[in-house]
Amino acid sequence: MGALDLARWQFGITTVYHFIFVPLTIGLSPLVALLQTFWVKTGKDEWYRLTRFFGKLLLINFALGIVTGIVQEFQFGMNWSEYSRYVGDIFGAPLAMEALAAFFIESTFLGIWIFGWGRLSKGVHLATIWLVAFAVNLSAFFILAANSFMQYPVGAKLSDSAGNLLTPRADMASLGDMLFSKLSLSTFWHTISTSFLVAGTFMAGICVWWIVKSVRKGNEDLARNVYRRGAVVGTVTIIVAGISLILSGHNQAVITTEIQPTKMAAAEALCATPEPGQGAAFTVAPMGKCVDGEFEGAQIIPIKGLLSFLATGDSAGEVKGMADLQAEFDEVFAPIYGEGLDYNPPVMVTAWSFRLMIGLGIFSAVLAIWALIALRGGRVSGSGGLKTWALVTLPMPFLASAFGWIFTEIGRQPWIVYPIYQAGAPSPDIALRTAAGVSPDSVVNAGSVAITLVVFTLIYLILAVFWFKLMVRYTGRGVDESESIPTKDDDNDDSKPLSFAY
Amino acid sequence: MLTEPLPPDDALAALKALIEYLAGTPTALQILWFGLIAVLWTGYLVLEGFDFGVGMLFPILSKNDRERRAMLTTIGPLWDGNEVWVLTAGGATFAAFPEWYATLFSAAYLPLFLILLGLIVRNVGFEYRGKVDSKRWRSGWDWAITLGSWVPSVLWGVAFGNLVAGVPARVDPLQLGPTKILYGGNFFDLVKNPFCLLGGVVTALLFLAHGAIFTSMKTTGELEARAKALAPKLMVAATAAAAVWAVWMQLAYSNNAWTWGAVAIAAIALILACWFTFVGREGFAFASTTVGLGSAVALIFGSLYPNVINASKVTLVGDALADIPGLGLVDGADITPVVTDVGTLQELGMEVERAITGLPIVAASSSDLTLKLMTIVACILVPVVLAYQAWNIWIFRKRISADRIPAESGLAP
Repeated sequence: MGALDLARWQFGITTVYHFIFVPLTIGLSPLVALLQTFWVKTGKDEWYRLTRFFGKLLLINFALGIVTGIVQEFQFGMNWSEYSRYVGDIFGAPLAMEALAAFFIESTFLGIWIFGWGRLSKGVHLATIWLVAFAVNLSAFFILAANSFMQYPVGAKLSDSAGNLLTPRADMASLGDMLFSKLSLSTFWHTISTSFLVAGTFMAGICVWWIVKSVRKGNEDLARNVYRRGAVVGTVTIIVAGISLILSGHNQAVITTEIQPTKMAAAEALCATPEPGQGAAFTVAPMGKCVDGEFEGAQIIPIKGLLSFLATGDSAGEVKGMADLQAEFDEVFAPIYGEGLDYNPPVMVTAWSFRLMIGLGIFSAVLAIWALIALRGGRVSGSGGLKTWALVTLPMPFLASAFGWIFTEIGRQPWIVYPIYQAGAPSPDIALRTAAGVSPDSVVNAGSVAITLVVFTLIYLILAVFWFKLMVRYTGRGVDESESIPTKDDDNDDSKPLSFAY
Repeated sequence: MLTEPLPPDDALAALKALIEYLAGTPTALQILWFGLIAVLWTGYLVLEGFDFGVGMLFPILSKNDRERRAMLTTIGPLWDGNEVWVLTAGGATFAAFPEWYATLFSAAYLPLFLILLGLIVRNVGFEYRGKVDSKRWRSGWDWAITLGSWVPSVLWGVAFGNLVAGVPARVDPLQLGPTKILYGGNFFDLVKNPFCLLGGVVTALLFLAHGAIFTSMKTTGELEARAKALAPKLMVAATAAAAVWAVWMQLAYSNNAWTWGAVAIAAIALILACWFTFVGREGFAFASTTVGLGSAVALIFGSLYPNVINASKVTLVGDALADIPGLGLVDGADITPVVTDVGTLQELGMEVERAITGLPIVAASSSDLTLKLMTIVACILVPVVLAYQAWNIWIFRKRISADRIPAESGLAP
């Protein structure tokens, strides 16, 4: 493997790993803030217990999201220096703004929230967790705007080459166009919906599991007074996020078909463009590859016209096939890069990550419906099946969002900056091939990338084991009913122990 | 879309055009951002400096687990916000000086990797250490926190030393423009210069002293007494090392004479800090080390100006240069390094005032529009950040006594 492949593996592993923790942080921070708000408003201990319980799980998770985020930012300069040179003028801005506007708030106020229980008034302390919740979502906005620029580079213009003295690069033309591009807004909507689905499933799954466990142990009061409240918050979150996810997902599909046709064609293994008026079929399970514009292999359960409907909103709408797209891209780029480049992403990875992203979401939906029925009208349940389903469902939305990113990032290959596609042709102005974005071999050789890839991956694995163990243990511990509730100025009383210490 | 630059007919003319371009005067906005990045680094070194110091010292200064926890708790609410300063410095460099960001991060690849590893295990250590009530678990994370504090403390100093002492660079004048000033060395080039290694010793000692002073300000009882006793020793060692390092930098590498001013302020601040630690005025000592760290950053950035990275040796590469008599470039793999000093260039018939001395601000910078927009963003947000971080420090101003550390610590193993 050369430096390019190694750097791509490193980016992929770091991104997927980062995005195990991040959606839970994004979704769970506001939910914990909500639980704490209920406590402050009602004064009921049950809400306090839930806040502390999920707060601890949130913190175990937060730590890993932060450290992998640092690697994400530094990686651009380390492994992808040519990319950074090419886009830095416009791409650096959202990253710097994220740090200044969001990351500072989130890190500072998280510290205040963790240590502030016995020092701040209830209202101020509550405000700190809401600031954290706001900031993690704002963070997501800037980072997704940056990613969307790689998918759809609007707001940039090719720089003046200053009489051939400078290599042209993507300079900023409009910060607003870049930050608020249609893809950026749609991706933000979709990703935040995902994050709430992850967090809702997390909260509902754990609480439902505890309800059944408590009922079976004969502690129905605990199940009803504490965990049922959490399960309801989680279930409502799943339903709202789920509907939002379907709507935003459809929006994503329509936009992607328009601006990244090769990604959607590969997602559907659509080798050739269907005859006009025919509409493209959605195949539940495509197995094979494209050879000369024909699909070779098995297309299991094709549903006529469904792809056209998903991608364009019309069952007879045109969705271009990969052979035609290859020709279109060749026409524009062959004079620059020469013949023989493949402008379509790997079909099976793209198609299956797309299917798994969508399919794994069904687990959460079933959990939400089952929980609604089982918990209706103040009921609690001792159903073993429900308990098992809650447990099985827990990892599913995490996996679904990981596949979503694999689909998004693999699906834009071979581009690191996908050219703007309009009126049936890609624009050669702003675009960069992934292969041209990697750090030059003379500066960062394959050996160096291999070392960092192996060590980072090992560290990630070890930390993931600790994360998982702590998550399981703290979930298994349940809410702490013996814990006293700290009040303001407790920590100023020298005779008392601190409410929290490392 | 990257297009191949057309090769100019005359390679010499291309080289001359490049040198003239690189010798251009930075705009006011570019200078402002160069200064702002120095400010961000100062924020980082001053703030994370004390939590690095505590991270390095806590196994040494404490006698039992309660004291260790007390020391970690002094930085508990602060370290995460402190660390964002480096992410912001990185992000701001990316936005304002993409060439700098790309060149620096790819050149300092392995040191940065080690720094990242250190930060990862250290941060996770802070959060996870107290989660399981087991001696093995805690001592494992203690190692992670200690090593994770030592490694970046040393390597940041080494990295800054390299920026100023200069790294080997390669320039291809036929693929002109900033993209083609590339790092031309390897990992060992970064650590073999004794000046750079001394830089690592200086940052580590300064952070140790800064952290010991912080500990003496934020703890009580025996812990405070031990920190107070250790601080003057560390402070004297740090001042001695920093003095040698600063004068060495000024004499051997600085591009400007006025940085003697920064050397002088650093010297006064650090000597005062020594004095304050001897007489037990830790608040004043902390303020002095803060000024000392700030002037060290001023010295580093001032020594670089008008470059963002100095070059120790510039090698011209590119096939077309083989046509230039006297440049000594040989075809293919066997390219002779050429230092593009003024004398060599004048011998070639080029009337140049200034040779390529590194990657200059003008070539590293973003467009005017980006700098303007980022200036607005920074002017609004930096004061807000400073305000709430100051509030954070104010809330947790009370000293932490080891006696008040709660007995329970995490779940049973």
